[in-house]
Amino acid sequence: MKKVFRLRGLDCAVCAAKMERAAGKIDGVNSVSIAYITGRMTLDADAERFDEVLAAVEKACSRIEPDLRIVR
Amino acid sequence: MGSKLALDKEQKAKLIRICASLAAFAVLFAVDKAVGLSVPAWGANGWLLPLGLYLAVYLAIGYDVLWRAVRNIARGQVFDENFLMCVATLGAFALAIYRGVTGQSIEGFDEACAVLLFYQVGEFFQDYATERSRRSIAGLMDIRPDYANVLRNGAEKRVAPEEVAVGEIIVVNAGEKVPLDGVVTLGETALDTKALTGESLPREVREGGEVLSGAVNLSSRIEVRVEKEFYDSTVSKILDLVENAAGQKSRTENFITRFARYYTPTVVITALLLAIIPGAVTGEWSEWVYRALNFLVVSCPCALVISVPLGFFAGIGAASSCGVLVKGSNFLEKMNKADIFVFDKTGTLTKGNFAVTEIAPAERREEILRLAAIAEHGSAHPIARSVLALTGESGGEGYVQTVVPGEGVVASKGEDVILAGNAELMRGKGVDFLPSSAPGTVVYVAHNGEFVGLIVVNDEIKPESAQVVSELNELGCRTVMLTGDGAATAKSVADAVGVTDYAASLLPQEKVAAVEKLLAAKQPSEALCFVGDGINDAPVLMRSDIGIAMGGVGSDAAIEASDIVLMHDDLAGLPLVKRIAKKTMTVACENIIFSLVVKVAILILSALGVTGMWAAVFGDVGVAVIAVLNAMRINTKRARASYRGVRRAPAPSPAD
Repeated sequence: MKKVFRLRGLDCAVCAAKMERAAGKIDGVNSVSIAYITGRMTLDADAERFDEVLAAVEKACSRIEPDLRIVR
Repeated sequence: MGSKLALDKEQKAKLIRICASLAAFAVLFAVDKAVGLSVPAWGANGWLLPLGLYLAVYLAIGYDVLWRAVRNIARGQVFDENFLMCVATLGAFALAIYRGVTGQSIEGFDEACAVLLFYQVGEFFQDYATERSRRSIAGLMDIRPDYANVLRNGAEKRVAPEEVAVGEIIVVNAGEKVPLDGVVTLGETALDTKALTGESLPREVREGGEVLSGAVNLSSRIEVRVEKEFYDSTVSKILDLVENAAGQKSRTENFITRFARYYTPTVVITALLLAIIPGAVTGEWSEWVYRALNFLVVSCPCALVISVPLGFFAGIGAASSCGVLVKGSNFLEKMNKADIFVFDKTGTLTKGNFAVTEIAPAERREEILRLAAIAEHGSAHPIARSVLALTGESGGEGYVQTVVPGEGVVASKGEDVILAGNAELMRGKGVDFLPSSAPGTVVYVAHNGEFVGLIVVNDEIKPESAQVVSELNELGCRTVMLTGDGAATAKSVADAVGVTDYAASLLPQEKVAAVEKLLAAKQPSEALCFVGDGINDAPVLMRSDIGIAMGGVGSDAAIEASDIVLMHDDLAGLPLVKRIAKKTMTVACENIIFSLVVKVAILILSALGVTGMWAAVFGDVGVAVIAVLNAMRINTKRARASYRGVRRAPAPSPAD
């Protein structure tokens, strides 16, 4: 399942790249793309445990940028 | 677009802080250079005053950077730019203090302070540029409706477009945006669909006419029955598509990200080695540490990481404001390489509105038409429609129609059999007929095995087709036309339009095969574009490197299956998007080369001790600012006019 989220508090391009890499390593994530310019994250993850994966992605991202929130 | 971007509170506060710090720094720096800041009476401790003053400015401008650095290093983010900037500047302060303590000349405080100050200036500028382009999409297109006037219980009520249900009646007054897709139930008006399609001529609509959300009502009040919910309507589809376009990254962007991943650690480790090894060998620790600190200042690849995606986004923005939706940076990148353009004929190179141009033999006209009307009745096929347009839906009762795909129709009632179709059908059924070489689609009509006559149906070539094809040919592209029509029609259209190659008499599945063949024959460096009207050609659109659908607004299938959507039926979008792609790639290359050359040069010169921290600040902030400005060049008013080309250059208006 593929979904697009807005990211709030994303204000560093290098961090966006780091987050994308960190999120990509999470189990259950098929593919993830974070666009710094538009502040969007496109997450493709297993449908059955999408919410669980999303929470893990958010946790991984906030390790890199503490102020980051995924707008649901 | 007259209004300037309003800064939010946070940005305003930051701007004031930056300006105040810059002013304080300027005064301090001027006094320092003119008369010197050290107090002679303090003797050996004279360095304390400049330290205190510069450090005050430093903290005023950089406390947030310091705080982030502390916070990130606690999380183990060693290669965090805040952290590296802080190490560089605090290191520079430490060196200056060391100089002071050891009684050397008092210098270095100004540099340390300036580095962080300019770093903040650069960060602010980058944020501003990003924010501006984030808003530019919505702003440029300016199509998001804010409200809908819905008629409920006889009264007009202003609600959010999301709250209107399908089937409700909405009122659109002159000057308002159409908030939802629907059909006009009352009134007539002219609509400005420029933001949607790039078409500058107003479109007239009357009762029963379809209106798309995002269009602006120019002349008078209309009532519209809502056909689609807001999230399903054209305007939200387009906005979503453009806003999500940045998610499909180009290879250039991915390269930059990968490069950035290794760049920072490499520079930092080199800096460490530069400080330790020559320091230990020569014993001149302060000199080599200073050179290493310069490295840290240049260690952020920000210039690249921001300017390249920004450039692609600007390219996508420029295209969308010209009526071309590009679904991802990767397609813009591919478009630059695109050199094989495959066109579907009907509806793409031609208008797709068929009309009967000839009936032969003329003396059997009535009979031919009567039989054809029976065979074709109720059909939605464009050829059949054009015949029925002439005859009306009459007859055909009791006949059973069998469609022979790609050939025609067999209609039968008991022993009575009517055939209407192409030469294949006649041959297949063993009918002896006189083949016609008239340009257009020939429908042969036979009755009970006997050939009666033929109807020629022709399609009009779009006025811009020849111009666009010749432009593409001039750009060195191959142009290929695919069609299901016979060789005679295909040849006449191909000659009129000027395509380099064509294939005729293709069944729908053979079109896929033809594209597959072209794909297999092309070089890996080439890209193949398929241009179709989005109806029936979804498989080919998906299969080709770049699928381009025309007139796709309102057609979900086309938007979904294609990579680039020409929002109105104008082929001129093709050379336009190719020019945009070329410009975008040129700017991206310029930025990559420029940033890397300057950074590497500064790294080398710093290592040799030729340049100091001032040059390093330029290498970081200056390069980023220049690269971002360069990227923004892609989507200026002048640039957009140049993409449209001379032919379609807009008249200069005094408002600009």
